[in-house]
Amino acid sequence: MRKFALIAVPYAWLLALFLIPFLIVFKVSLSDTALAIPPYTPTLKDGFGALIDGLDLENFWFLTTDDLYYKAYLSSLQIALLSTFLTLLVGYPMAYGMARAPEEWRATLMMLVILPFWTSFLIRVYAWVGILSNEGLLNQLLLWVGVINEPLTILNTNTAVYIGIVYTYLPFMILPIYAALDRMDDSLIEAAEDLGCSRLTAFWLVTVPLSKNGIVAGCFLVFIPALGEFVIPSLLGGSGTLMIGKVLFEEFFNNRDWPVASAVAVILLLILIVPIVLFQRNQQKQAEAEQ
Amino acid sequence: MPLLDALDLKEQSNVSSPVFAPWDDPNEKPLIRFENVTKRFGTFTAIDDLTIDIYAQEFFALLGPSGCGKTTMMRMLAGFETVTEGRILLSGSDIAQVAPNQRAVNMMFQSYALFPHLSVWDNIAFGLRRDKMPKDQIEARVAEMLKLTRLEKFARRKPHQISGGQRQRVALARSLAKAPKLLLLDEPLGALDKKLRQETQFELMDIQEGTGTTFVIVTHDQEEAMTVASRVAVMDEGRIIQVATPANIYETPNSVYVADFIGDVNIISGTTKPAGADRYHIDWAPNQAPIVATSQNSFSEGQTCHLAIRPEKITIAKDKPEDTENAVQGKVLDIAYLGNLSTYHVELPGGQVIKAQTANTRRISNRGITWEDPVWIRWNATAGVLLEQ
Amino acid sequence: MKRLSAFNITALTLGFAFLYLPMILLVIYSFNASKLVTVWAGFSTQWYGELLRDEAFLDAAWVTLQVAVISSTIATVLGTMAAYVLVNFGRFFGRTLFSGMIYAPLVMPEVITGLSLLLLFIGIGLDRGILTIVLAHTTFSMCYVSVVVSSRLISFDRALEEAALDLGCNRFDAFRLVTLPIIAPAVISGWLLAFTLSLDDLVIASFVAGPSSTTLPIKIWSAVRLGVTPEINALSTIMIAVVTVGVITASLISKRNAVAAQRDAQAAERAE
Repeated sequence: MRKFALIAVPYAWLLALFLIPFLIVFKVSLSDTALAIPPYTPTLKDGFGALIDGLDLENFWFLTTDDLYYKAYLSSLQIALLSTFLTLLVGYPMAYGMARAPEEWRATLMMLVILPFWTSFLIRVYAWVGILSNEGLLNQLLLWVGVINEPLTILNTNTAVYIGIVYTYLPFMILPIYAALDRMDDSLIEAAEDLGCSRLTAFWLVTVPLSKNGIVAGCFLVFIPALGEFVIPSLLGGSGTLMIGKVLFEEFFNNRDWPVASAVAVILLLILIVPIVLFQRNQQKQAEAEQ
Repeated sequence: MPLLDALDLKEQSNVSSPVFAPWDDPNEKPLIRFENVTKRFGTFTAIDDLTIDIYAQEFFALLGPSGCGKTTMMRMLAGFETVTEGRILLSGSDIAQVAPNQRAVNMMFQSYALFPHLSVWDNIAFGLRRDKMPKDQIEARVAEMLKLTRLEKFARRKPHQISGGQRQRVALARSLAKAPKLLLLDEPLGALDKKLRQETQFELMDIQEGTGTTFVIVTHDQEEAMTVASRVAVMDEGRIIQVATPANIYETPNSVYVADFIGDVNIISGTTKPAGADRYHIDWAPNQAPIVATSQNSFSEGQTCHLAIRPEKITIAKDKPEDTENAVQGKVLDIAYLGNLSTYHVELPGGQVIKAQTANTRRISNRGITWEDPVWIRWNATAGVLLEQ
Repeated sequence: MKRLSAFNITALTLGFAFLYLPMILLVIYSFNASKLVTVWAGFSTQWYGELLRDEAFLDAAWVTLQVAVISSTIATVLGTMAAYVLVNFGRFFGRTLFSGMIYAPLVMPEVITGLSLLLLFIGIGLDRGILTIVLAHTTFSMCYVSVVVSSRLISFDRALEEAALDLGCNRFDAFRLVTLPIIAPAVISGWLLAFTLSLDDLVIASFVAGPSSTTLPIKIWSAVRLGVTPEINALSTIMIAVVTVGVITASLISKRNAVAAQRDAQAAERAE
């Protein structure tokens, strides 16, 4: 039956290459490290009974004993939260400015926001290395102007990570907020002013509440990927920058401890479930409101 | 009122041509038969045990408010919905197992559903190509359809390059191209503005007559149904309330619902007292003389009844009329001047408001009736229809 | 006509400066004669020459291009199927799991996707190479395609497909002759998105690529970890230029279409 095949093909693909791999991660997180290929035990070759018997929560206990992981989770949360907030601070005025711009500019402005999104993520992060380094362009400029006498150390610090996250995820913040503001009827502001609001109170009482869904969507779109970010902390952050994506990557490739890396991944996912569910709710609410 | 004009036109055309009334002929076989059809969506019953016959070459209108099940009936005929219970027969055979693309039934969609990526010509040829018709025949048939709908000049245009009225004609041409036994039209004129709609109604009737195709039209516009249809089925909540010719629906509705749905009507409720052959006296308000009405249906003594009278059948005067069967005094509450007509809202002593309509046959006439004036309204015993419910 | 306030102008100017200055500087310094990337020593295109002579970079670019073309094409087919199923099929057994699997990869951290796929490939003994990267990229980009295509399908008038069935099409013909031509722009954007995602991906490819199948992002990554190099600046400039030309062309085409559509609509009104 054609209908069955239409469902079955993408379904089977996703089961085989999304769900099953994730179940394997879960299983490996319960296994022990071993000097073997693959470097964990037990495997299916040991028989199903032995496989079940060999699984335990040891790796998760290990994560609680070594405060590296604990700190990495907390610092990831902190960096993701703060950079989401900073992105909102930068993104909202831009989205607002775009929505207020003359009709014929908007398509161009929109294209300017989307263009970086199509440009390689890695290259955009890399662009900051040359700007933020000690002998980089920013320090050269500041020294030349005379604001500072010594070059500032920005690269390889958390500050650079914040800049990197705000920079790369800015379009994700601008687009949903712009969409919300663009839909808004201008006469609402006029009505608020007519009823006695000042410009600022009209903004607070009308514009901000009406763009709330866009703000929430934008924040989640920045927060969720920022939490598991690997490239930005590795390239712009220093040895002191602890982010869980980086820890996982290093655990896997440098220490070759696959079970612990898997346990780190499982916990990261558990942390992510909360914002993802909240995000889904927000999107649904918005979709219902539009109907 | 245009509704009345349409009725007049219909009457005239009926006089000039032999009477087309296959539904009155017991030997006539219906083209479509709904046999106790029920359609449920989950717990919601859209069509409730519905039985009806539609005859070949009819222009049959399904009329009702939105959600009454008329569109569901049409979609079951087209094959987009399956019947929950009962069967639908087309020329005597059950169509339940026939896929939409195998049915000799075509549909004109409410949104027209013109393929935006194809030209007018290709839209019309679409169904013919599916039938693997030879190229020269397709060309001839499309040309014929373009001529029928006066679209020859627009054959190469895309749907978004033509006007709403032209799009409507493309949709019609496309659905007629395959020469279906039955054409379904879902609110075919709903997207057109009023003036264009009235012109198109007559065009639609001409095409229906010219091609001899059976048309089933779904509409919520009573004027449209009355204008185009040979018979109208008034629907409500999944049931058919009345099926009759437009004139009969208007003049002899079978219920207050139908009377109220079609056109404007005054309903006076009361109890009956038989008064001779087909005559009844109706007690309708305390301290008022009973109303005299005639009815073919029999009512018993003291039975609750509703008298439906159209406003144009009530006349209004300043002085008490002589030798009339029904005359009641009241007070003018409101006057609506409609140009060709004026409608007076007259409040009767019991508080009931009755609408009376007069034609403004003279320019700048002073009828001498104004707000708050005491007036008399009168009508004949045969003017109203006596209804049980 | 709206007028921009000083505040709005400032916000837009600073914001776009922030978005574009780093890339502009990157482009400028790719033409720097000096090996020291932060010191300007005159105009030169020598780094482009060196880049084009670097076999390893060219190999990586070739691998990346193959992976991107194959994976985005498969992802477009699968993603369009998935979107059609999600939008048009209503309820079916396992629908919740299905839609969950479509949306989850969009928010899944890349490190987890990469790790899980690597563990699968090792588990079933599949050698890492172009095939494994294609499988990995297809999986996550089909989800993006599906989101793009389903947002178009939602606003697609189902009556068009019904009209095709009514006029004698079977389901497949109705899709091929009516639905697909109409949703084609969304399918093409889906393909372009999948293609770009595949070109860009570093993290997942790092997990699932073998030693013989280094992609361009992996190559760039190993170079930039050691700091800024002028060759990478040159490569970045080429990539930025390609994307810029592509995006500007696409938006010009869509603008032209919009203008044409508007003109047609006006002409249609006059034809009334």
